[in-house]
Amino acid sequence: MIPVFEVRDLQKHFGGLVVTRHVSLAMAPGDRIALIGPNGAGKTTFVNLVTGQLRPDGGQVRLNGEDITRLSPTARVRRGLVRTFQVTRLFLDMTPEEHVALAILQRDGRSGRMLGSYLGMAEVTAEAAGILATLGLSPVAGEKVREIAYGQQRLLEMALALALRPKVLLLDEPAAGVPHSDTRLIEDALAQLPADLAVLMIEHDMDFVFRFARRVVVLAAGEPIFDGTPAEVARDPRVRAAYLGSYGDASGIP
Amino acid sequence: MSALDLSPPLPQRRGAPMARDFVLLGAILAVGAIGYVLFPNNLALFTRIIALMLLVLSLDLVTGFCGIATLGQATLFGAGAYAAGIAASRYGITEPLAMLGIGAAGGALAGAISSAVILRGHGLAQLVLSIAIVQLAHEAANKASAITGGSDGLSGIAPAALFGLFPFDLWGRTAFFLGLGVLVAVVFVLRQLVRSPFGMLCRGIKEDPVRIRAMGASVYPTLLKMYVVSGAVAGLGGGLSAVSTRVVGLDSLSFGLSAEALVMLVLGGTGNLVGALLGTLVVVWFEDLVSAINPFHWLTLEGVLLVAVVLFAPRGLTGIAGQLRRRLGGRRSS
Amino acid sequence: MQTFLSIGTDALAYGMVLFVISIGLSVTMGLMKVVNLAHGAFAMIGGYIASYATRDLGLPYGLGVLAAVAGTVLIAVPLERFLYRRIYGAPQLTQVLMTIGITFVIIGLANFALGPTLKTVPLPEALQGPVNLGFRAIAAHKLFAIACGILVAGALWVLVEKTGFGIRLRASVEDAAMAAALGVRTRIVYAVSFALAVALAAFGGVVGAELLPIEPYYALRYMVTFLVVVSVGGAGSIPGALLACLLLGAVETTGRYYMPEFGEFFFYLAVIVIVCLFPRGLLGRAE
Repeated sequence: MIPVFEVRDLQKHFGGLVVTRHVSLAMAPGDRIALIGPNGAGKTTFVNLVTGQLRPDGGQVRLNGEDITRLSPTARVRRGLVRTFQVTRLFLDMTPEEHVALAILQRDGRSGRMLGSYLGMAEVTAEAAGILATLGLSPVAGEKVREIAYGQQRLLEMALALALRPKVLLLDEPAAGVPHSDTRLIEDALAQLPADLAVLMIEHDMDFVFRFARRVVVLAAGEPIFDGTPAEVARDPRVRAAYLGSYGDASGIP
Repeated sequence: MSALDLSPPLPQRRGAPMARDFVLLGAILAVGAIGYVLFPNNLALFTRIIALMLLVLSLDLVTGFCGIATLGQATLFGAGAYAAGIAASRYGITEPLAMLGIGAAGGALAGAISSAVILRGHGLAQLVLSIAIVQLAHEAANKASAITGGSDGLSGIAPAALFGLFPFDLWGRTAFFLGLGVLVAVVFVLRQLVRSPFGMLCRGIKEDPVRIRAMGASVYPTLLKMYVVSGAVAGLGGGLSAVSTRVVGLDSLSFGLSAEALVMLVLGGTGNLVGALLGTLVVVWFEDLVSAINPFHWLTLEGVLLVAVVLFAPRGLTGIAGQLRRRLGGRRSS
Repeated sequence: MQTFLSIGTDALAYGMVLFVISIGLSVTMGLMKVVNLAHGAFAMIGGYIASYATRDLGLPYGLGVLAAVAGTVLIAVPLERFLYRRIYGAPQLTQVLMTIGITFVIIGLANFALGPTLKTVPLPEALQGPVNLGFRAIAAHKLFAIACGILVAGALWVLVEKTGFGIRLRASVEDAAMAAALGVRTRIVYAVSFALAVALAAFGGVVGAELLPIEPYYALRYMVTFLVVVSVGGAGSIPGALLACLLLGAVETTGRYYMPEFGEFFFYLAVIVIVCLFPRGLLGRAE
């Protein structure tokens, strides 16, 4: 059974500083993995390496068995490797509907069309409306992004990712910056993700991690030091050491 | 937030965008008709205004919609003008629509080549490349005086009668109506273009190219395509200029013209096409008035207007109009 | 060989004048991140003041230079306070528009006040006539320009590398927010640097008045050249600007010697090639 997503012995260094050290990871369809670790462990670097924004110094990235290590970021997206951003990157003067429509058109290879508004394409508007509805964004579908709440913007990031019909989804801190009252929305959205989609989530919010993940990978100093179930991660001594130094039983991991 | 927000100032309104298109086209025709009736002796000036409107529209496409700051747009205009002019004076292609077509093709080609260079740089480098290109083109045209007429200009352009029926005379009626027709057609097509998926892609690229790439869309090929379209529009303007004035000068390939076009665009307002039209009309009208007194006074006035726009009205005239409309409509401005 | 040295000295003189004028722009761009298209206008103002002081008021050359520098800085200070400060950190297009506007106004006013004709700055006895260098005679004012350029480069190096102000300047260029957090009064660093940049531009405008003649369109005519220097040299880099000026001076002079009928064609071709090969400048730092 070929893993849908696989990273083999990934390495990256900046000058003398090693930021990613022998990272290997395999994901099957339907996986729900949380990637956690102390600050500076190299989590976002990992995502950047895997999506093609950074070039690794060694190792391979494979998608559905295909070696994509040399492919450009846009080519990887087109093959189904999609990410969201830790700080939202959206077009402030476009509406959520326009965002999702653009993603759908891009996915179908129709974003180069020079004549005719997407509004005239019934199947596009219908699909966009559907995706927005799944994430509870229908009420604000027609408002400019600069006018909607931050929590809703984070949801729109996810809507965009879903519109691209990914095979592997990388979520970079989906709950970051969202007020506590709105994290419920993000959780619900995560619960709605397609069951056969492989999802990797970087997060700091441990409640989130424990509610979402079936498997946890802990990264420290660029290297994976733990790969197991959420129940085990709290008890693992290496993980505790990584987070808490040598101060033993401080609070942080339940 | 930035001192000059280049995003489209008018709020998106759903429903019947086509209707608004027809209103705009109707307005253009109406203004043209009024001009024809009230100032029948100024048709040459009006045709020049139309040619410049096409240039500024082309600039709006790359600057207002794609966010590329360029001071080299005149290259595309001049390429179209010289292409049409040389076709007529050297190769005897005097059918006016063919001349316009050649102008558009020349501009499109120039757009493709320019963008290949300009898009290599970012920020200051991009600006410098755009200036270097127009200056290079200017020098090349100057040197190749055997073909282009050099600093004397290209003359001997004698367009044939339009459709075989309407000759180009000293009154400039034929040229004016041809120009008006071309303008209406171009504005119609461009309105469709900016609403299209391609237009949305360009607007996205202007705001956040990283996000566009994260959607799997390529930035460079898209911008290149837009530059070709922009070049065609500018080239049409140049061709129109050649047809109506029957002469092509080096000033159509100058840094000065690029700068003027940018001034017109910014005064009118970027990113909505209407600003390009309005800005050109206002600036050329004023220039005609003030330059007659002293061209340097016009330069000073232009400078003051530019500074004023940056400080007080970053979205230009269309932005002010939009604000007025919001205030009158009782809506809260964002 | 003769021609080579000949072209070399002319190129050196031209390049040094460019350097003195452009180094201020390089610092402004590197520090305040402002694309200042009006920089050439300040050089022009310097030339105009010196011309007026020496020709119309009869002041000696040295005083004329001082008047030019002081006068231009006096004009520039309120502009910095009320206009430039509003566009620090603004998008590039905004800065381009504002500074083009300022340039237009300055050109228009210069013409209004002093007319459209070329203005010369009468050289003192010492700088007139040729100086025999052995392989050829070079105009004394060109030698003077070269000397000024070297002096300015040296003085700036000392200022930037060896003084307290220099440290604050470098810190602010590197990371303005961090520098401010460490107690550097970045506002003052900016204001002083801007004044210094303008002073150098005015100085260069006067010293180079024989090579770059003073007339109202000076500000537009050479705008491109100064921008090119900064782009090729890399904003904020003194050695980069020096290298760029020498290189561009060589291209310009060689072109003028061998193919004058081509005008600036090869200059701009060289610019395109260099900028395409080195988009961040020859010695510029990566963003």
